[in-house]
Amino acid sequence: MAPYIELTNWQVALAALLIVINGVVSVVLRLRLEKTLAIASVRTVVQLALVGAVLSWVFRVDRWYVVIAIAAVMTLVAGLSAADRSKRKFPGIRLIAITSVWACAWMLTGYVLLFVFRDLPKWYEPQYAIPLLGMVLGNTLNGISVGLSTLTETLVRSRGQVETLIALGATRWEAAGEPIREAVRTGMIPIVNSMMVVGVVSLPGMMTGQVISGMDPVQAVRYQIVIMFLIAGATALGTVSVVLLSVRRLFDANHRFKFEIIRNADAK
Amino acid sequence: MSQDVLLRAVDLTRRIAGRTLLDHVALELDAGMRLGLVGPTGSGKSLLLRSLAMLEPIDSGQLFWRNAVVSSDQATGYRSQVVYVHQRAAGFEGSVESILQQPFQLKVHRGHSFDRGWIIEQLATVSREARFLDQPHEQLSGGESQIVALLRAIQLSPSVLLLDEPTSALDRQSARHVESIVMRWYEEKPDARAFIWVSHDPSQADRVCDSLITMDAGQIQRLQQHTS
Repeated sequence: MAPYIELTNWQVALAALLIVINGVVSVVLRLRLEKTLAIASVRTVVQLALVGAVLSWVFRVDRWYVVIAIAAVMTLVAGLSAADRSKRKFPGIRLIAITSVWACAWMLTGYVLLFVFRDLPKWYEPQYAIPLLGMVLGNTLNGISVGLSTLTETLVRSRGQVETLIALGATRWEAAGEPIREAVRTGMIPIVNSMMVVGVVSLPGMMTGQVISGMDPVQAVRYQIVIMFLIAGATALGTVSVVLLSVRRLFDANHRFKFEIIRNADAK
Repeated sequence: MSQDVLLRAVDLTRRIAGRTLLDHVALELDAGMRLGLVGPTGSGKSLLLRSLAMLEPIDSGQLFWRNAVVSSDQATGYRSQVVYVHQRAAGFEGSVESILQQPFQLKVHRGHSFDRGWIIEQLATVSREARFLDQPHEQLSGGESQIVALLRAIQLSPSVLLLDEPTSALDRQSARHVESIVMRWYEEKPDARAFIWVSHDPSQADRVCDSLITMDAGQIQRLQQHTS
């Protein structure tokens, strides 16, 4: 396998020219997206450059506490954005999202680092730990925010049914049973769908990267399989966790549905 | 009339955004009581009824069931005895029969089972045949789904029914059917059962209740006894 070609800034600039296509489309069709496009392009460059700088620094310093600190910041941001994507909010939603992301991503990434990649020279090996956690966070974030939105949406929409069951003596878990199942199912569908078509319709980004950097495709595929199952497990765990914690928050000890604490973020 | 106090509310108070919706409400429901609850819209009737079913938060006050405070671990057991029936029945997917079987899947009703024969007898009294049970719930009329909601509650043999304007959206015929179902449930054990019926219709309150509470601005104004 040939090692990869080093890219210079000039070569990247040539690729960046492609954004002109978006600009032309926007101008011709009067989409008025020029400003947004410009901001998005600049953000792409700046954010990735920052990540590159931070990662090089972390790899150079190579200390466990630095890796943990970076991982904590990444997890926190993922949890917050999962909560903020939900249209309906309630007090405590951020804490619940952060807790769920944190627990599922760290437990399962830890499992893969310690047991699957067991020959790593150091348990916190940043070259593995950070990209792995990043991929898990990016994907579970989706499941968690979809699960959260579906739960609140379904609960609000079926308030009559939920209350009828409560009035007949149901516990909160019985009354919210259907919304819970709906939320977990919807949260898990995207990852199951991508497992169905991976390699056929799409080549995963990580695998592509490894092949370009010279890895044997057989090895790259093995890495990708590990990642897919890691993401699937973390998504399932994170979605279940966020949904159950939210139900605990949205019903009181008397099994009453606290409808009044759910706020619609769009209705101001 | 028996003197057993089934349900007692003491000092129930609820405020929202500075407005007092329930103002130190005290209420006692004895076994055998058929209590009507009337008053202008917004006077707190519905809120009081929902609070009695523990479907609303309260700012202060207490609920006693058979002279004991209802604690959190008894809430579901309490609601299986004191069943609140909504003004409009919520729509569920499935046949009428599956809707009627729903409560028996709940932990609190474990040990009881669905009695199809009893349901069919009840339906006969409101001129519905057994094949009514196979109809999809979402195709029922307002009156029919209210009848299903009532039968779903009554088949559990509750001691108290909290009826929140159960006939306000119904035609006369359906309203009479609902009344007759409730009265038959009551007459089975008139010294052990009781209900509170919120109504807008004075003649209905006369028909089905033997005492009447009037609410205004979150307070109970007066209690009258009928001698009918």
